[in-house]
Amino acid sequence: MERAAALDDPRPVLSALIEAGYRVIAPVEQDGAIRYLPAVDPDSLPKGRIDSQTPGSYRLEDGDPERWFDYVVSPESWKAWLYPARRKMWTSTRSEDGLSFERPEAEWTPTAFFGVRPCDLAAIEKQDAILKDGAFADPDYAHRRENALIVVIQCARSAETCFCASMNTGPRAQAGFDIALTELGAEADHRFLVEAGSEAGARVLEGLTEDATEADKDAAHAATNAAAASQIRVMPENVAAGLKARLTAPEWDDVAKRCLNCANCTMACPTCFCSDVQDTSDLTGDLTDRWRVWDSCFNPDFSYIHGGAVRTSSMSRYRQWMTHKLSSWHDQFGASGCVGCGRCIAWCPVGIDIVAEAETLMAQPED
Amino acid sequence: MDKLRVGVWKFASCDGCQLSLLDCEDELLAIADSVHIAHFLEATSRIEGGPYDIGFVEGSVTTEHDAQRIQDIRAETKVLVTIGACATTGGIQALRNYADHGEWMREVYAHPEYIQALDTSSPIADHVKVDLEVHGCPVNKNQLIELITATIAARKPNIPNMAQCVECKRAGTTCVMVSKGIPCLGPVTRAGCGNLCPSMGRGCYGCFGPLKGGNTEALMAEFAALGVAEADSQHLFRGFTAAAPEFERAGGLK
Repeated sequence: MERAAALDDPRPVLSALIEAGYRVIAPVEQDGAIRYLPAVDPDSLPKGRIDSQTPGSYRLEDGDPERWFDYVVSPESWKAWLYPARRKMWTSTRSEDGLSFERPEAEWTPTAFFGVRPCDLAAIEKQDAILKDGAFADPDYAHRRENALIVVIQCARSAETCFCASMNTGPRAQAGFDIALTELGAEADHRFLVEAGSEAGARVLEGLTEDATEADKDAAHAATNAAAASQIRVMPENVAAGLKARLTAPEWDDVAKRCLNCANCTMACPTCFCSDVQDTSDLTGDLTDRWRVWDSCFNPDFSYIHGGAVRTSSMSRYRQWMTHKLSSWHDQFGASGCVGCGRCIAWCPVGIDIVAEAETLMAQPED
Repeated sequence: MDKLRVGVWKFASCDGCQLSLLDCEDELLAIADSVHIAHFLEATSRIEGGPYDIGFVEGSVTTEHDAQRIQDIRAETKVLVTIGACATTGGIQALRNYADHGEWMREVYAHPEYIQALDTSSPIADHVKVDLEVHGCPVNKNQLIELITATIAARKPNIPNMAQCVECKRAGTTCVMVSKGIPCLGPVTRAGCGNLCPSMGRGCYGCFGPLKGGNTEALMAEFAALGVAEADSQHLFRGFTAAAPEFERAGGLK
């Protein structure tokens, strides 16, 4: 907070990023949702819009016309940019000289993610631990991540599906960003508290801001505290150990009856990273491309090994997803795999609520 | 290696799937160059006899004559691939399986006595062993190309076995059911179309047929919650793949 500053309008930050040569990905309203898309015009920010997110439903509505960032998380997370759904890994060519392999061009210019919410920043950090710093790092992910500048918008409003406070990932990010903005209330003239979290972030802000007052800082904390206090969903605290002790509870069958096995939750989840590897070849058979594509533990063939699939029932697939996300992720990566963004709740076509399911399961006797 | 001998046959259908093959345009010349087309009436009047390495069959069986013809084709074909909703499920014409066929003929034709047709429209797999099914109404040309290139390279083709939702999410299409309340068959329908309808803002109508193990019951409960009447909900399943067992049940036809 030492370098905190204030700003009347968020658009100069966007303009400064564009001027500094960054490709900017920012919130843009499209097809009834606020998505993260390339933004060339600072005026394209969806001012005055809010999202009503409930189990199985997402609607955009008019909010306070003076406010810029009262909507929360988009349908897609930033993994669509850092870990795209379909990415060529290499091309092999067969010729008289034998086989040769080539990696595709990186195709990634320095990019600014404008409007990353604290839960999504936490998700990026979880994916970093696996895809950038883990034992099986993905060079393409690492390259994109190292060339991504992150502008966080601290959340002054929670949707009904948000539960970041109980996952300790929001609604205020303490670190990990290059720039963070908090939209203050009417009493502070809708100004923004601006924090630089890195040298790169500070360079972008040079000359844009004035010094923040103590009142600005207090107003920023009040805004995010209010967003936390308004959250109605709370993940049970001991869920990691608790689920493990209830693997045969009949409630798993109950949720399986409602689950469509459609994989939407895993695709929308900002930390799910499972992928498949597919080869395509041309008609001559001399040219082969290898692709990485998003996969899901809900897909029937995901657990296919010689002789058949391991998880054939809907129950076993839902249990695998939920226990991995909330429990065995701790064993594997030292933390929960959930950041409380609520996407899996809103974007489940039948509105299955991971928090409610966790509460129901935790109320059952241990195995 | 000798070129693969390929045959393409039509049964009761609209020809749309054969057209998807001809629609390969950029790849068509290369395909024609890499395989030997021995029988493909829609493309060439040159007809050669079997045996065939790969046979593509479009359409459903709706006459006694076709029921015999598919036996003959099977006997001469090493790998038999059915293409499209008609060949794999019976197609839209299978709706007659649940109606009075004779009455329909009298309604439609001035001289129904000239029509020699079975009471039912049935998928090819009800009559002969099918080695691979390519779904869709029509089939996706990229799946056909994938099938041909995979066969040439002797590898397993990448034909997705997952819900249409996965295609929507991979493409960044915002879910029409969650964001607009539009009933969509995507969660219980096999992927592969290339995300056509939802990317145009409408619900999937299931032309690629049911995903194995899809939960139609839970989806219909959600349609009811969206305010869709049960009869309208059933009608959604009575389309191009109405006779596929999962949709037949959901559509209230069985």
